[in-house]
Amino acid sequence: MSSNKSGVLMSDEASKGLISPLRRKLLMGMAALPAITMLPRPSLADVPATSVVNTTGLAVTDTGVTVGILHSATGTMAISETGSIEAEKLAIEQINAAGGVLGRKIKFIQEDGASDWPTFAEKAKKLLVNDKVAAIMGCWTSASRKAVLPVVEQYNGMLYYPTFYEGLEQSKNVIYTGQEATQQILAGLNWIAKEKGAKTFFFIGSDYIWPRTSNKIGRKHVENVLKGKVVGEEYYALGSTQFNSVINKIKLTKPDVIFTDVVGGSNVAFYKQLKAAGIDLAKQPLLTISVTEDEIDGIGGENIAGAYACMKYFQSLDNPNNKAFVPAFKKMWGEKTVIGDVTQAAYLGPWLWKLTVEKAGSFDVDKIAAASPGVEFKGAPEGYVRIHENHHLWSKTRVGRAKLDGQFELIYETADLVEPDPFPKGYQ
Amino acid sequence: MTDNRFFNRSEFIGILVLAVFLVVVLPLTLDVFRLNLVAKYLTYAFVALGLVICWGYGGILSLGQGVFFGLGGYCMAMFLKLEASSVENTKIQSTPGIPDFMDWNQITALPFFWKPFNSLTFTVAAIVLVPGIFAWIIGTAMFKRRVGGTYFAIITQAVAAILTILIVGQQGYTGGINGMTDLRTLKGWDIRPDHAKVVLYFFEVGCLFVCIMIAQFVRHAKLGRILVAMREKEDRVRFSGYSVANFKIFAFCIAAVFAAIGGAMFALNVGFMSPSFVGIVPSIEMVIYTAVGGRLSILGAIYGTLLVNFAKTSLSETFPELWLFGLGGLFIAVVLAFPNGLAGIWGDYVQPRIDRLVSSRKSQPAGWTDSSVADGAPAE
Repeated sequence: MSSNKSGVLMSDEASKGLISPLRRKLLMGMAALPAITMLPRPSLADVPATSVVNTTGLAVTDTGVTVGILHSATGTMAISETGSIEAEKLAIEQINAAGGVLGRKIKFIQEDGASDWPTFAEKAKKLLVNDKVAAIMGCWTSASRKAVLPVVEQYNGMLYYPTFYEGLEQSKNVIYTGQEATQQILAGLNWIAKEKGAKTFFFIGSDYIWPRTSNKIGRKHVENVLKGKVVGEEYYALGSTQFNSVINKIKLTKPDVIFTDVVGGSNVAFYKQLKAAGIDLAKQPLLTISVTEDEIDGIGGENIAGAYACMKYFQSLDNPNNKAFVPAFKKMWGEKTVIGDVTQAAYLGPWLWKLTVEKAGSFDVDKIAAASPGVEFKGAPEGYVRIHENHHLWSKTRVGRAKLDGQFELIYETADLVEPDPFPKGYQ
Repeated sequence: MTDNRFFNRSEFIGILVLAVFLVVVLPLTLDVFRLNLVAKYLTYAFVALGLVICWGYGGILSLGQGVFFGLGGYCMAMFLKLEASSVENTKIQSTPGIPDFMDWNQITALPFFWKPFNSLTFTVAAIVLVPGIFAWIIGTAMFKRRVGGTYFAIITQAVAAILTILIVGQQGYTGGINGMTDLRTLKGWDIRPDHAKVVLYFFEVGCLFVCIMIAQFVRHAKLGRILVAMREKEDRVRFSGYSVANFKIFAFCIAAVFAAIGGAMFALNVGFMSPSFVGIVPSIEMVIYTAVGGRLSILGAIYGTLLVNFAKTSLSETFPELWLFGLGGLFIAVVLAFPNGLAGIWGDYVQPRIDRLVSSRKSQPAGWTDSSVADGAPAE
């Protein structure tokens, strides 16, 4: 009896094991359909020879091509970077379900940067030198990118970097799929100045290069373009949890807008203390460039509801691409996952690489670098994007208002794509 | 050849084996990428070597060796960064000719304390002197007041935390949390290509053996015996008329200088320096390397460092999401089962058998961990 029972159980499990990956693949493929239909589809007959598409000894075979995924799966940054890893794996699975790249399935090697910048450099080198990956999807913090940059330049790799960042950088070997600082900040400041009649701004940031550079650009824009005034600019060490003194200053100076780029766990303390101090975000406009749906998960919707965030993507965006993307993501990674701005930008990486490879007709890094400008991805969840000459993306700037349920409600978006300008004149 | 001022016969064989391993076996079997990784691991071996003297012999547990590793590394990195920031290389900046992170932080002229680092001679001197003097100041302040044991360990941790905060906070002068990246040339010689990595590896191994010799000398001199005596019964040494504080300061300074040399090697080999090597966590990791190798054994510490780092790399490559648990388990297992580390295993299980084999032919006992000087049993 008992052996019979276990036999039944086993066969049941085995059949589940057989069906579910297949079903998942099908669903993934279906989710990617809106994207695929817009792409020129290479017919199966013309899979080009490996010797033609790979002249530099990359890990490309007749049936497969290997890319690297390099994020922090452990350490303090894991909480932020996990979304990027998930998005990249989803994109790769969808691309494979749709036939791969130049007839080759994408395989990936995942390495852990462990929230440690030199480890990032070591692993990047390993991926390029040992594994000969055709591209790396990776990095998150500016520090990790700065560590990896010399490595990808020296070994001539291709890095797809997802995070919005401070700009002041441009490399043949990097495609920046997030926004640089001016793309993220200027339109948002314009909007809030017009909408709220804001004249005075209070800047608060974490103390490292991204907030400092962003605030420098913000200050120049407020002073020179909006003819307003910055009434305070304060920085807190990464991980800081004591914001009472700055909150008192806010109460004294009564700025029209609080502009923040506080990152990571500090956000939780900052918004809770703001609320405890009686600052009601429904009445006191606050514009943040560092809080996505991921952060709200930790902050709690009730502590931040009413704040404005300036991003290029919100999970709640209402367009056909996003309507396919969000369920596909949740299908793969669980119903409870949220999708923030960077996660979406990470999703763009493998797709842009695939499109560029197909445009160049080659996996060679030099040809991809040269073919990148002008590559457009119509299936992006944020809408249409295009790679600029400077290897950043043309994309829209959007303002959302945080709701109690942790999602953003889209309030404003720029009419046109905003040009990326990593070395902005007049803002340095 | 036997029993001179540096080593006895079995130690000589041990060093010879290590030399063959590092100079012949590894370069012949590993590709340049892996060899460069070994070079990175070996930079921590300098720290572990210092800890053997300071902690193993002197009984002074420092949980802040990252400070000295960092000081040495930053001195070297400052020199390399200045060379990489020529006006030509940095012409897109608002102020060309200064390091890029200064430009981002709106600094328009090279700070005064950066200027001497244009000279390689000054830099080499600074790598030894800056951490040495800093250790001397901490050591004098602590040991003269008879602060020791746990309190000293806590204070070294505090120093590590303070220095990290200082480096991260003063990002305009130090590169902040990003550290100093993109180091390129040493006196015009490109340190990035493969052949340079090989040269740097052999240079580093050479420096390591110089440090091993110094450590061996300290150990066999009267100094080493006093350190051990001090560890076992500090008051007796004091009542015998020795200045315990001075010996402790010396051991601490020598460990600091070794760590600093390691840091400088790190900057050269990896082309990178960041505050992530200065703080509390890396400092404790460095103690773990020593503990795994055996804190009483000079060579054990080096093997321990190589083993732990090798495990770190291979575990993280194989299990990117779980590797930290595996590594943690390894540490706990080693410390629980083998309190004297690899050297303890060797001394307890392997060496006696070799001795038996040898003594069956010759009647001359010898031991790798040389119990005449550093008895295997810790005092605590």
